[in-house]
Amino acid sequence: MPQFLLELFSEEIPARMQDGAARDLERLAREGLARADLAFETLKTFAGSRRLTLVVDGLATVQADRVDERKGPRIGAPEAALAGFLRSAGVAREALTQRDGVYWAVTHRAGEPVAEILAALTESIVARFPWPKSMTWGSGALRWVRPLQSILCVFDRLIIPVIVPGVPVGDLSEGHRFMGSRRPFKARDFDQYSQALAANFVILDVAERKRLILDGANALCAGRGLELVEDAGLLDEVAGMVEWPTPILGDMDPRFLELPPEVIRTSMRTHQRYFAVRNAGGGLAPHFLCVANIQTADGGALIAAGNARVLSARLDDARFFWEEDSKLPLEARLEKLKGVTFHAELGSMYQRVERIEALARVIAPSVGAHPDLAARAARLAKADLGTGMVGEFPELQGVMGGYYAAAQTEPVAVFEAVRDHYKPQGPGDFVPAAPVSIALALADKFDSLAGFFSIGQAPTGSGDPFALRRAALGVIRIIMENGLRLSIDDLIGQTAFASASGVMTELSAFFVNRLKVLLRDKGKRHELVDAVFALGDDDLVRVVARIDALTAFLATEDGANLLAGYKRASNILAAEAKKGALPVGESSRTAAPPEESALFEALASARPSIDTALAAEDFAGAMIALAGLRATVDAFFEKVLVNADDPEVRANRLRLLAWVRSEMGKVADFALVSG
Amino acid sequence: MTAFSPLSFQDIILALHRFWSAQGCVILQPYDVEVGAGTLHPGTVLRALGPKPWRAAYVQPSRRPSDGRYGENPNRLRHFHQYQVILKPNPPDMQALYLASLAAVGIDPTLHDIRFVEDDWENPTVGAWGLGWEVWCDGMEVSQYTYFQQVGGLDVSPVSGELTYGLERLALYVQGVDNVYDLAFNHPQSPDFKTYGDVFLENERQFSTFELEIADVAVLKRQFEDMERAVPAILGQTGRQGQALVLPAYDHVLKASHLFNLMDARGAIAVAERQSYIGRIRDLCKACARAWVVLEEAAG
Repeated sequence: MPQFLLELFSEEIPARMQDGAARDLERLAREGLARADLAFETLKTFAGSRRLTLVVDGLATVQADRVDERKGPRIGAPEAALAGFLRSAGVAREALTQRDGVYWAVTHRAGEPVAEILAALTESIVARFPWPKSMTWGSGALRWVRPLQSILCVFDRLIIPVIVPGVPVGDLSEGHRFMGSRRPFKARDFDQYSQALAANFVILDVAERKRLILDGANALCAGRGLELVEDAGLLDEVAGMVEWPTPILGDMDPRFLELPPEVIRTSMRTHQRYFAVRNAGGGLAPHFLCVANIQTADGGALIAAGNARVLSARLDDARFFWEEDSKLPLEARLEKLKGVTFHAELGSMYQRVERIEALARVIAPSVGAHPDLAARAARLAKADLGTGMVGEFPELQGVMGGYYAAAQTEPVAVFEAVRDHYKPQGPGDFVPAAPVSIALALADKFDSLAGFFSIGQAPTGSGDPFALRRAALGVIRIIMENGLRLSIDDLIGQTAFASASGVMTELSAFFVNRLKVLLRDKGKRHELVDAVFALGDDDLVRVVARIDALTAFLATEDGANLLAGYKRASNILAAEAKKGALPVGESSRTAAPPEESALFEALASARPSIDTALAAEDFAGAMIALAGLRATVDAFFEKVLVNADDPEVRANRLRLLAWVRSEMGKVADFALVSG
Repeated sequence: MTAFSPLSFQDIILALHRFWSAQGCVILQPYDVEVGAGTLHPGTVLRALGPKPWRAAYVQPSRRPSDGRYGENPNRLRHFHQYQVILKPNPPDMQALYLASLAAVGIDPTLHDIRFVEDDWENPTVGAWGLGWEVWCDGMEVSQYTYFQQVGGLDVSPVSGELTYGLERLALYVQGVDNVYDLAFNHPQSPDFKTYGDVFLENERQFSTFELEIADVAVLKRQFEDMERAVPAILGQTGRQGQALVLPAYDHVLKASHLFNLMDARGAIAVAERQSYIGRIRDLCKACARAWVVLEEAAG
């Protein structure tokens, strides 16, 4: 069956855009083939540093004939309407058919040659490819991610005449820049194409490139008793930067191991795209692993030496910062923060430090931290922003502050808090557990949350430029994972922005929403989360315990039946409320019927059990007490007519139902739970 | 000089001159106003604008006062040299030309690992940006390669390809030296051999002290404001042939930019003020760019 092969050969495509480009190419091709009603067997795309490739197998050579039916006016419609339809459909009146009382214009179109359809498809893909960033070059107007050099476009082993201004189209491509023939080769199908690429040192498939990198790197490391520090993000990037991946193990001057390992790894990764290497003991080894794009006659010796020199220069720079930074105590950097704007409306970074210091001091006792230590840690927390190292590696903020604080012999609790106060930064990140760290991490996050809310910068659906969602989720995780008993509203109230309009209510609601999202992501039922939040509690640990107990309860037969009873009671109360005000006050004990008196007794005995259990936050116990009501509630509905003729009797029964509702309402708002 | 001995600093420059001259470039001299980057030479910033073809190559000493290290850091200089090439419109084989220029200074691409690594270049002070790469040789960034898309806030057409070689870095690589001051400036067998340190170390020492500690901030600020007023005033005048005086006005933009860099090195620019200063310089540059395009289009 005929095959379509398209290669868009360009100058180097940024690694981070390649995966998306392969997906976009696939999507555009599938859409175009579907629009033309062209069936195929398989469709694959590939992306690499210099080429995007599409191969479609199992196409026909001629499109099937197509019949288009267009619905016209009903039979007997005004003449003008019919004439208009004939004009727009481009058919003669005699050609119309009639069906179901309506005119139809039926046109038969002969199938087009598939090559022509593919030519148009290729031109449209090139013209509207959705690169995240594109450019023009030379004197042309064509846009591509970098200059598009040539297009290989063949169908059924023939060149398709595609016209892209300024770009040669044919059956030619090129292999590796510096290895192989270094001359264009011809390919009329995918087999020829992939063989020529392999012969000219190009690995087309990114999965294969990654496998070669990992296998090669692991083998090199194992050969010297070392271990690669795997890094999936770096592997993705590196695999997009090479056509012929060639891992090379290089040596690093061991004296650099005196630097903090985070500095070494960051320098390797962000500046040089090297993998770090561990020794058997788990510590960083004085080596690096780089992935070259070429196999050289000297086995990569020059490349290894060159890279080692570059790394040394980088680490020399890092050591310069490390030594310079260590000359001044951290406090001395605070002065510099006076000139650093945190946000135009929220003052300088120094003012932020002062706010966090005050807040950390207030929060400290409630999380078991010493207020002086929390305040000290807060004072030093942002000082590393004034250091040379953080200027060079902004991602090391906090980490460096921790090292510098430790070096100036701050207490362990203080330097750990400085180090960890930005955490957790993502779902998989570490959550601080030491009391002083917790106090500082919370103070840092609440200051920015309340601050940005106070100036109307709450996140919107489309944007969260100050990462406030992440901050709120961080707070929630710190509280939950440490089992902290804190009121979110109290914490907001302790910030410097508590009195700004809207902060208390909006930020509080924001937290509720974040927690709801988090719990739903964890598989909790939406309505149970809502039913518990409806109680207005802002103690997250309690809220979650209640949700868990409620979830377990409703999964039991008692729970499900009691929920049905609750619904029934609510419906009756709602219906009666429409007729007039519901009776107020407590219901009274009655002798008969027995189901009514039994419900009264059951409620009277359940009430103290529920209250005691709730007071002790024994939600499972409260649910057991509720479960005890189930049989009597069921029996009541079975035997007793609420809407009795005697108004006194009716009122008492309505009071009983209201009581059922209010006892259950202490546990959750069951009205929000569907049966 | 044997065939395999590495090129001296000045031989690298001469080799690049020969190479790019053969590609039809005019070989310009460094611009004689202090600049922070070779791009700022009017031979690039202004010539990249408008419809006329242009090919030029030149060395541009570049000053970054805040990188001053008193001559004590083997890799960082406050005054260094960029080799600048502009090809307008960029030829389709510009990458191949660039690689051939590396071979001309002694970097064999079959022995080294040469890579084009994404780097979107922008220079906010002149309202310019482009797409391209850092070029790595064995992990060392030896050049910046950019296809200009905007200059002075204006879209460019045709597009210029710009190459910036960091000459000191390139020489460190070519000569296999770790300390910039140890580079052979001329050939080691020449009758009067000089290292890079012999030529420039004292400059780094004196100027680092001056720029980081001595320069009078109040004076710099006043001069900056003078330049800021001068640019629109000069652009408002016309020359004998009736043209706007873009070139003299642009010189004053360059001076404003250097004065800003000096104030920055003295720590006199608060972080909050930075953007506004850069914006002020950009506005001056945009005014020059607009006036230049008017002239070029009228002439074309």
